[in-house]
Amino acid sequence: MFRNNYDNDSVTFSPQGRIFQVEYAAEAVKQGSVVVGIASKTHAVLVAIKRNAEELSSYQKKLFPIDEHVGIAIAGLTSDARVLSNFMKQQCLGHRLTYGRNMPVRTLVDMIGSKAQINTQHYGKRPYGVGLLVAGVDETGPHLFEFQPSGMTEEMVAFAIGARSQMARTYLEKNLESFAACGREELIRHGLRALKESLVQDRELTVDNTSVGVTGTATAKDGSTSVEPFQVFDQQDVAAWIESVADDKEAGAGEGEAAAAAEGEGMEVDP
Amino acid sequence: MDHRPQAWGRPRDDVYGAYDASYLHTNGPKTATQSPIVTGTSVIALKFKDGVVMAADNLASYGSLARFTDVKRLRPFLSTSVVGFGGDVSDMQFLDRHLTELAIDEAYEHDNTSSSSETPATAGQLNAANLHKYLSKLMYRRRNSFDPLWNQILVAGFDSSSTPFLASVDLRGTTFTSPSLASGFGAMLAQPIMRRHAATEEDAAKLTRDEAVAIVRECMKVLFYRDARSLDKYSIAVVTRDGVELSEEEQLEKQSWAFAERIRGYGTQTV
Repeated sequence: MFRNNYDNDSVTFSPQGRIFQVEYAAEAVKQGSVVVGIASKTHAVLVAIKRNAEELSSYQKKLFPIDEHVGIAIAGLTSDARVLSNFMKQQCLGHRLTYGRNMPVRTLVDMIGSKAQINTQHYGKRPYGVGLLVAGVDETGPHLFEFQPSGMTEEMVAFAIGARSQMARTYLEKNLESFAACGREELIRHGLRALKESLVQDRELTVDNTSVGVTGTATAKDGSTSVEPFQVFDQQDVAAWIESVADDKEAGAGEGEAAAAAEGEGMEVDP
Repeated sequence: MDHRPQAWGRPRDDVYGAYDASYLHTNGPKTATQSPIVTGTSVIALKFKDGVVMAADNLASYGSLARFTDVKRLRPFLSTSVVGFGGDVSDMQFLDRHLTELAIDEAYEHDNTSSSSETPATAGQLNAANLHKYLSKLMYRRRNSFDPLWNQILVAGFDSSSTPFLASVDLRGTTFTSPSLASGFGAMLAQPIMRRHAATEEDAAKLTRDEAVAIVRECMKVLFYRDARSLDKYSIAVVTRDGVELSEEEQLEKQSWAFAERIRGYGTQTV
């Protein structure tokens, strides 16, 4: 009945030196629908595919504002993401109240990293079953971070997590060099193109299933910079962007991603 | 005579009366610092075109006794801000250690030395405005637990838009800001002199560094003449965008006590 004896809790190593509970949590991330994040010199964007449990139901949100300058995209267990997002909101607010500034993005990401790591080292706890992309702006400019249930956090130029995200990553790797110089609109279009790569046959981006989140630094005419608050766009607000990437066939993913494409689309886990 | 060990070292009851054991009571409400013991007098500071000057003398008084004459009451923070303390010296030492810890944490968290040369080494670190906000919350919290830190603090440096910043917080957590600030006796004796040169932010923005330093030195002289808890050895700090220059061994030059002879009405004279 059991696959093996070493996956009952997150404190036991297998003889091969693996901790299965943590690996299973990483699998939960792959069940969630795909989210893509890209950072340029001026902006950080998150784009996501939303899923609906059934035809008649609404679509589960994928992008969440955390504070004025930070937003997250989630892939995996939505309820675990809620815990992390509430925690991040509290920390950002606390920081704003005590220091009167936006919390540096790395500080925030390190906090959820430590929080998640603790769950992988205590008997009776389980890792979070959600991966995050954290996009934000601070005094050192725009940033994109990846967060994994293992507690690993990493700063990224561009990244994608979730079901079939390998296709999106391939697109991002192909266009890696161009991101830094991209403006706001061009960055969003890159995100949407990456998203399209990971779609299954005969599904496409619609105003119902696409979310776009943007934050960045806005430079005023006198040279002073200010934060463009993180904002999520849905429905008709994303129509023009979807339209603008509708007819380009340029990218074309290779055939090598068959393995990634085989990943199932779980019903009960996600969004 | 009482030869029991618990009476050793105590004044003899038959000579001095019964020992007042009320000091030894450990029950009852906590009575931490509820009045200052060893104190520092005024701190003064003045904004100028591209920075702030701050000064405080090197004296710690025990009541009216000039007890310690080498106490440094100005401290740089992260080489971008200066904090000046008036009031209780032990609370100042506590805050000093606390700020050292905070500065170390900040320096670890935002170590930009290895990253790209575009971001300045201090990017993302707490600026003077952030530090002042933090100290005001700290002081107000201590006041609310009826264990105030008995200080008046001046914070000088730059805010997030890189304009000179100067603000004050006291033992009650009250904050205010002005182109020139002075605590204690300085508020009566030095503030009018500084206001004569910099009544408004616009006036202060016209002052050069040399002018501002000269005004502050003049104020320190007036304070030594008229404040009986002051010293002619003092520290002076200048914060500019290039960093903090702190000199802790300044001596009041060209003192003239000729006016003292004409003062009548108090002191030892009989006429």
